[in-house]
Amino acid sequence: MVELVPEHKHHALPLRVYLGVAGALMVLTVITVAVSYVDFGGWNVVVALLIAGFKASLVALYFMHLLYDNKLYMFIFLSAVAFLVILIVFTMFDTVQRGRLDEIKDKPIKQQAEIYEKLKTDSLDVEHEGDSGH
Amino acid sequence: MNHKEGHPEFLAHHFAEPEQQHESAKFGMWVFLLTEILLFGGLFLAYTVFRSWNPDMFYNAHLALDRTLGAVNTVVLITSSLTMALAIRSIQLNRKKHSMYFLIATLVFAAVFLVIKYFEYSHKIHLGQLPGKYYTYTGIEGNNPHIFFGIYFAMTGLHGVHVIAGMIIISWILIRASRNHFSHEYYTPMEMTGLYWHLVDLIWIFLFPLFYLIG
Amino acid sequence: MNTIESPNYMNAKKGILSWLFTLDHKRIGILYLIGIMAAFALGGILAMLIRMELIHPGQDIMDADTYNQVFTLHGAVMIFLFIIPSIPAALGNFFLPIMIGARDVAFPKLNLASWWIFIGGSLFAVFSMYAGAVDTGWTFYTPYSTKTGTAVISMTLGVFILGFSSIFTGLNFIVTIHKLRAPGLTWYKLPLFVWGLYATAIIQVLATPVLGMTLILLILERVFQIGIFDPAMGGDPVLFQHFFWFYSHPAVYIMILPGMGIISELISVFAHKKIFGYKAIAYSSLAIAFISFLVWGHHMFVSGQSEIAAMIFSFLTFLVGIPSGIKVFNWLTTLYKGSITFETPMLYALSFLFLFTIGGLTGIFLGALATDVHLHDTYFVVAHFHYVMVGGTVMAFMGGLHYWWPKMFGRMYNEKWAKFAALLIFVGFNITFFTQFILGSQGMPRRYYNYLDQYQPLHAFSSYGSWILGLGFLIAFIYLFYAAFKGRPAGRNPWGALTFEWETPSPPPTENFDKDPVLRHEPYDYDKVLVERTYPEK
Ligand SMILES: [Cu+2]
Repeated sequence: MVELVPEHKHHALPLRVYLGVAGALMVLTVITVAVSYVDFGGWNVVVALLIAGFKASLVALYFMHLLYDNKLYMFIFLSAVAFLVILIVFTMFDTVQRGRLDEIKDKPIKQQAEIYEKLKTDSLDVEHEGDSGH
Repeated sequence: MNHKEGHPEFLAHHFAEPEQQHESAKFGMWVFLLTEILLFGGLFLAYTVFRSWNPDMFYNAHLALDRTLGAVNTVVLITSSLTMALAIRSIQLNRKKHSMYFLIATLVFAAVFLVIKYFEYSHKIHLGQLPGKYYTYTGIEGNNPHIFFGIYFAMTGLHGVHVIAGMIIISWILIRASRNHFSHEYYTPMEMTGLYWHLVDLIWIFLFPLFYLIG
Repeated sequence: MNTIESPNYMNAKKGILSWLFTLDHKRIGILYLIGIMAAFALGGILAMLIRMELIHPGQDIMDADTYNQVFTLHGAVMIFLFIIPSIPAALGNFFLPIMIGARDVAFPKLNLASWWIFIGGSLFAVFSMYAGAVDTGWTFYTPYSTKTGTAVISMTLGVFILGFSSIFTGLNFIVTIHKLRAPGLTWYKLPLFVWGLYATAIIQVLATPVLGMTLILLILERVFQIGIFDPAMGGDPVLFQHFFWFYSHPAVYIMILPGMGIISELISVFAHKKIFGYKAIAYSSLAIAFISFLVWGHHMFVSGQSEIAAMIFSFLTFLVGIPSGIKVFNWLTTLYKGSITFETPMLYALSFLFLFTIGGLTGIFLGALATDVHLHDTYFVVAHFHYVMVGGTVMAFMGGLHYWWPKMFGRMYNEKWAKFAALLIFVGFNITFFTQFILGSQGMPRRYYNYLDQYQPLHAFSSYGSWILGLGFLIAFIYLFYAAFKGRPAGRNPWGALTFEWETPSPPPTENFDKDPVLRHEPYDYDKVLVERTYPEK
């Protein structure tokens, strides 16, 4: 093969960058498990997602080289996240707001799916059989 | 089309120079990763909607998952991401043997991940903690815990499929590396595989707290 | 005189395999063209059957179940097999690389793969006809789609696979436009068709994966009853509609944006005038692409979604009117004081302006909450989206087909027949579908097999229109097919147009250009540059 691409050099990052990032990811994994035992009420999910987001940023910026590459790729990555947020938030405008303006008076649909009725009778049968001591 | 004099053999005819080809491949890969994120996005949507409707059931159901195994798998996958990144770093420095060792390590960690996942799955199948009409477990309080397991199996299952696909691709890269296809001048396929593999890791980074660590 | 000797992409290699496994984007474009034409014919025949059945109340030619299957198949085939791939995958594949002075798309193998995937997905979709044709409507709404005994899985699997084809095309185009432009061809010198394809490709890669997930979940729902869309299992059928429309509303712009790109080309070429408001047209494509992701709930105003969501979606829907309006006004301003000539492509472009405007404005009616409650699921909606899809996209497609046919095959069609067919299509279309606006506003529900006697005259009128429309398309395809083989050679530049594709021979050589293209002027510099027309020969 002919050497004709002098400017075609992609810098290899120093080893300590990779090891450092991996170490940080491990530490964050421990932290996220640890804080899950602390009760923050509704904030638990926020804390968990913040830590996960931080870990994901480390992977994207260093392992996936977003920090060093063309910023266009960063833009692509962030737009994926942005449109995912649009999908979820706009759907939630519906799903968590139902009945907010006009109260829903009839609730024709049962809360618990029908399969559980069968499960309940099945398990009662089992207990019943156990009681009668066959 | 005649390849011009001094045209490297990996350069396709419609590109003017290797740099353009490399950047195009990377660009295409990032767009592909974007589609992957939105594919999983649909499941994240389902997760969010049902968790917001049934927070208590989600809490109760998540206790059925094994935090230790989840955490171990997180560590395993992060390590595999590291070895993947190091494989690419080695080929950038033209250390071809090292690069192959790191690829093999990546494959091993991926396999460990799947084995652990297999034990988790078989435990749940045994207990009947399954999606939809196959749900037969009775020990979880709250409305419709089968939905939790439906989403759990859909998300981790799709992720597992991506792990398997990743292993196939990495094996193929490994074979090509062993045939001396890559060097510090040309390693685009390996770099693309790396991007894909990191995304698989990245998705797991979110799946882990969302399923195993509901506070 | 009636032969084309120069080596070109068509005679470069011989044999059917050299076509089926070609990596040449032009040949792949032709393969796509054949595929979508077959789909268009199938969907068209189904449409004629529907109109035939509806000519009188009660049973005419098929029973009610068959009718449900026929309109479902008509919708699914027309949308997933025809309109979505039509302009991007056929005309776009052929012309995008040439228009930016490239030798091919960025990933030729992926391009070929996307065609094969298209064929594979189409086979699944068509196979569902034999496995028990789907009767859910093309929208596959749950819970009916999880309960019906028809071949929903075969159809949804087909659509799922077709989605990959669409994603790959979009991905390829984005990279091609970014990385393979000829030297000096900056973003603001790109033809507007390229801008249209770019905006389309963005939607394709962003929205289609969500459709894929929707269909996976639907299949899981059918196979495992996972229950997230099924109220009897604790799920929510309205959630399915969110999933579905997050893709399917932007998909409407996958259909219309490339058409708008073609119209920008045609208006400027045949008004012989520089396009007015180039940047406004270019950016409005991107604006439409973006806004399209924020409005999907306007399909769900009567579904039981929350009132707050309905208001937000309604408000955002009105915003779509702004960039669409910007385009229409720019086209009109381009026409103003231009020296307009009325070749066939221009007739289609003018039809587009007229029909798309009606389609777009009635869309505003439907976006308004109170009006929509009355018009929802009536023929008004059917008429509205046919004005956009047929009056918009198909007119643009026909315009583009006539505009580029001499470039693709090197031969010109018969102009007299072409004008006659364009007239038939325009008249037939309006008779068929304007009638349906009236039917809908009088309360005729869509997808109904039977109806009250009072609607009969308008239904019959609409059906007569469909015959004229069908005849127009039939004539068009006959003379186009004939022209591809027997037409008179058209020369490099039959229209005197300025974009790159007209600088290369017709048909183009395999490498697209006989000499490397050099940018000498901007794409619409009709006020500065005069190019000799090569047809008709003097
Ligand atoms: Cu819409």
